[in-house]
Amino acid sequence: MRIEGRGRVDRGTPLRFRFDGREMEGFGGDTLASALMGAGVGVVGRSFKYHRPRGVLTDGSAEPNALVTIGDEPNIRATMQPLFHGLQAVSQNRWPSLGFDLMAVNDLAAPFLGAGFYYKTFMWPQRFWERLYEPMIRRAAGLGALSGKPPEEHYETAFAFCDLLVIGAGPAGLMAALTAAQAGAEVILCDEDAAPGGRLLAEVEDVGGVAGHLWAAGMAERLRGLGVRVMPRTTVTGAYDQGTYGALEQVVPAGVHPGGAPRECFWRIAARRAVLCTGALERPIAFRDNDRPGVMLAGALRAYVNRWGVAPGRRVAVFGNNDDAHRTARDAAAAGLKVVALVDSRPDAVNLAGDVPFMPGWQVTQAIGRGGLRAIRLAGPGGRGRMLEVDGLGVSGGWNPSVHLTSHMGARPVWDPGLAAFVPSEAAVPGMSVAGSARGRMGTAACLRDGAERGVEAAGELGLRASMPDLPEAGDDLLRLRALWAVPGKGRAWVDFQNDVTVKDVRQAASEGYGTVEHMKRYTTQGMATDQGKSSNVVALALLAQATGRDIPGTGTTTFRPPFVPVSIAAMGAGGRGKRFAPERRTTTDALSRAMGAPMIEAGLWYRSAYFPREGETTWRQACDREVRMVRQTVGVCEVSTLGKIAVSGPEAGRFLDLVYTNTMSTLAEGRVRYGLMLREDGHVMDDGTVSRLSAHDFLLTTTTAAAGQVMRHLDFVQQAYAPRMALRLVSVTEHWAQFAVAGPLARGVVDGLLDAPMGDLPFMGCRAVTVGGVGARLFRISFSGELGFEIAVPARYGESLFRALLGRAEALGGGAYGLEALNVLRIEKGFLTHAEMHGRVTAFDLGMHRMIAPGKDCIGKALASRPGLVAEDREMLVGLWVAGDRAPLAGAHLFAEGASPVSENDQGYVTSACWSPTLEQWLALGFLKNGRARQGERLRMVDHLRRLDVACNVAEAVAFDPDGGRMRG
Amino acid sequence: MRIDCPLCGARDRREFSVLGDAAMAVRPEVGADTQTWSDWLHLRDNTAGRLRELWYHEGGCAAWLVVERDTVSHAVHGVSLVGASDAD
Amino acid sequence: MVDLIASDPWAGLLPVQAGAARLEAVDPGPLALLAPWPRAEEAMNAALRAAHGPGFPAPGRIETSGAARAIWFGRGQALLAGVVPDPSLRAHGLVEDQSDGWVVARLTGDGALDVLARLVPVDLRRLGPKGVVRTMLGHMNVAILGTSGGVEILAFRSMAGTLAHEIADAMRAVAGRAALG
Repeated sequence: MRIEGRGRVDRGTPLRFRFDGREMEGFGGDTLASALMGAGVGVVGRSFKYHRPRGVLTDGSAEPNALVTIGDEPNIRATMQPLFHGLQAVSQNRWPSLGFDLMAVNDLAAPFLGAGFYYKTFMWPQRFWERLYEPMIRRAAGLGALSGKPPEEHYETAFAFCDLLVIGAGPAGLMAALTAAQAGAEVILCDEDAAPGGRLLAEVEDVGGVAGHLWAAGMAERLRGLGVRVMPRTTVTGAYDQGTYGALEQVVPAGVHPGGAPRECFWRIAARRAVLCTGALERPIAFRDNDRPGVMLAGALRAYVNRWGVAPGRRVAVFGNNDDAHRTARDAAAAGLKVVALVDSRPDAVNLAGDVPFMPGWQVTQAIGRGGLRAIRLAGPGGRGRMLEVDGLGVSGGWNPSVHLTSHMGARPVWDPGLAAFVPSEAAVPGMSVAGSARGRMGTAACLRDGAERGVEAAGELGLRASMPDLPEAGDDLLRLRALWAVPGKGRAWVDFQNDVTVKDVRQAASEGYGTVEHMKRYTTQGMATDQGKSSNVVALALLAQATGRDIPGTGTTTFRPPFVPVSIAAMGAGGRGKRFAPERRTTTDALSRAMGAPMIEAGLWYRSAYFPREGETTWRQACDREVRMVRQTVGVCEVSTLGKIAVSGPEAGRFLDLVYTNTMSTLAEGRVRYGLMLREDGHVMDDGTVSRLSAHDFLLTTTTAAAGQVMRHLDFVQQAYAPRMALRLVSVTEHWAQFAVAGPLARGVVDGLLDAPMGDLPFMGCRAVTVGGVGARLFRISFSGELGFEIAVPARYGESLFRALLGRAEALGGGAYGLEALNVLRIEKGFLTHAEMHGRVTAFDLGMHRMIAPGKDCIGKALASRPGLVAEDREMLVGLWVAGDRAPLAGAHLFAEGASPVSENDQGYVTSACWSPTLEQWLALGFLKNGRARQGERLRMVDHLRRLDVACNVAEAVAFDPDGGRMRG
Repeated sequence: MRIDCPLCGARDRREFSVLGDAAMAVRPEVGADTQTWSDWLHLRDNTAGRLRELWYHEGGCAAWLVVERDTVSHAVHGVSLVGASDAD
Repeated sequence: MVDLIASDPWAGLLPVQAGAARLEAVDPGPLALLAPWPRAEEAMNAALRAAHGPGFPAPGRIETSGAARAIWFGRGQALLAGVVPDPSLRAHGLVEDQSDGWVVARLTGDGALDVLARLVPVDLRRLGPKGVVRTMLGHMNVAILGTSGGVEILAFRSMAGTLAHEIADAMRAVAGRAALG
């Protein structure tokens, strides 16, 4: 219900909204929770396990009950959701409706659904698990539902930097920020709420002679004027190493159309220092049916009255174990509500609430009213009992300093018996100090001072001179309390509202031997819901301590881990959505190739053309087979810019290359190209490629597309770690040069026609600087196809133009473009290798290339390549395989002796590459076979169980076509 | 996590990739036996405490760095350039 | 004799305008990577000064003289921009043409640093007109140069499309926030 003349909502702007289809009205400044309360809605959800009707428990971030779905977003805390005109929200975890939820049958089955019930049930009969139990549990489990659609809204991540990060804009935080900013520090101030002030927004109290919320607003303005970056609606979610903090900003509330703005932003803040001013969170007292709608935290009840001008009903009571709860009774009475009783469990408590019925030494033993609180039962000294009619009850078991971030790096908080709460341990997070209620200072004046002192301290650590500012006048009440965790009695009393864990569950865990807090947590699931046990951890721990006969420090505490509040994956992973996951690398012929109809294949980050379909071709095989024949019979042009190209220059470049390649590169003559193998230090093959010597001091290395980055990293390491005094330097030039392969019997004519001067007798494995239309280019006579082949490189800006020119000449001779599919077939026919064969577990010996390891010099990997196990006769060695019949061989299939059963014990090897060879009209494959070099001609069985392949094949030389290489050397 | 690159200043961990123990920075003598090589490559102390590691500033200046890091507290105690000379 | 036509890496991508920020193409002229051999650093520095004007830059710095800019580019590396490198430099280290390896875009306008805050994990407020950082923009290796009025961003030619799209998205997000008021 709404209270006339109370709260700071804007009654001039009524906002219409819908909850579960029912239309209601609220005001500007309302949260969804306060608007629902104002509209008289008491039940906002159903509990997780027992599906009990639930109302709002808190006024903020720690809310466990009021989780709603807005649009496609589930699990939005109604207490944090700003109301706007047209908001549509639905309740969760109920079917068919909030008012009539069939799953409430679970509440009747409660005796069977206690702690750890799932460890004791759903086990028999075993075959029922997959068919019945698991689907059933899956349907029943979870809070809220995902839409299954990608989000329409945009999310973002961002980076921010500052000298001082102040976490929380309550009294302590505002003073810390002011002090540091005045000293010249660059400050970022974050707060979860839309407005600064922390608890001041909920209380009736003055600071510096003005209402607390006005003082806070004024301070925020002043801070902005000092250059402080004030970030409202921003929750700092985690503390990480070296002063890094994660923070989640609600830029646009759920359900609001964002325009171009992001819905949320996940910030990574690098701060040289931080002050944690996160205040404290109230905790409840457990008693029978304390989860009825209308029972809430006392501090929340008065927040609803003071800040939003709403109440759960006209008749309210307050039940607490401390002085602070009295403020709720005082404020409710001042607002015109009927305060039926202020119940304080301490017999010697003094009434601080004024003229309200005061019941010291009494306790509330039961809340009555399943669909909404109607009455409470009480027990008093001397065994007396009473029942009172109420619509709302505020409960306070004390306040827990919000220490969460202080334990994100492994430190554990310390028990303060006076406060009956945990406070941060010293220096828990390097560079972060704690001020105010977050470290147990509970009065406003104490918080103002503490925040200012920490600000001075932080500024000093930053090398700035700060001085204590004038502290505004404020109240400073001590929080006197006496611990009370649970009221004894029958019935179920709730500890963890979100995961439906009761006092009975905690005690049961202890009695079954789960007496450590880590076990109790996992056995009962207390503290494991999305609220991370903010209102239940300490109560549960205290009950566990009692049940196991220990004190609280002896029982310990679980560690908090980031994030402090749930963070949507959309926010944390923003920038990684869809194609944004990785950069796209496009060659200079990419657009032209796509225009020619070529499907593109992803090769790492690059896009490469698969094939170039011609009129009448309907399958990739048709195009691929044609392209292979074209290269073998006339000429083909292929885009090969994506291969890594590394320039290595210097007087000692050759010596350096001798170290990284197995063979000797320092003896390579100018104008020549040599195939090279690079090993890892463990003797396995890292990559292969060519080395071209362009001049005495200039070498150009190529790498495979896949390994370009890895090789560059490796060469940088070798140069900096092993050869820092050697006269050479290296740099990647992959991007600068566009490069094309021209291959086939007619290749020379195609290339020569474009050169300004004919190439003359460029030998096989030769290289030369040339010009094309006056542009400096490089020509290599190398072949990956096995045909007469060249590669021509021009600066990338001319790439497309050169490709067009080459294509024009090739097509005029009956040839054309070819793509990766044909490239792969051509090289398989020739037994040339890719990373399908050099997959990280093969050695030069396996490939039959052990003679490429030059005996007279050291190289990376040489020592360990000679280990007996790496040169053993039964190693899997590279072989070719010919397959007869119609079935295609498959990469990944395994090899078995003819007649042997295809099981792991009989495994002889595996297939790495396979293709239909148009040249040989034959299925071909490459693979590795135990002692393969000695088994030429042997008939084997090739089996792939997953894809149902079982064919015979013959072991052959890896080079299936033109074994002497005459076609490319001639 | 942030690493203080001697050339670039303090940078986000995303800019770096790690190779492993700094023992990799010095190869065994040529001619050392296979066991020595194998131990150098494969055996490591699993220290709960200070560890010297090789990091590559891949997303920055491409310098290889030796980072002394405490594996328990994550504190970074020193960062130096691999193979540093006066010119660095 | 064939006539090779140069293509524009930014065709169809730039310029982009959103809110107060603008991203436009820059032609940096010739680019060459210079990396002196060990113990030849001083000689390279002197040769560079003699041939083109600027000296070899210290980490994070740009040295400028006339059309020539010497931009620190990594450990022991500088990118010489705006002039074709003099052959005398080759006596002291690696000199590699990189004119077509990098593309350059300029981001200007009020929200420019806010835009880059979405993509770059470095505090660019400290950059200054003679400063350069090698860092990441999204997942791409870039160099970011301070200039008066904005920043210049160098990225791999093959990633020009990604660079333009990422920055344009960030520009629109920043403009969208500004429109919220």
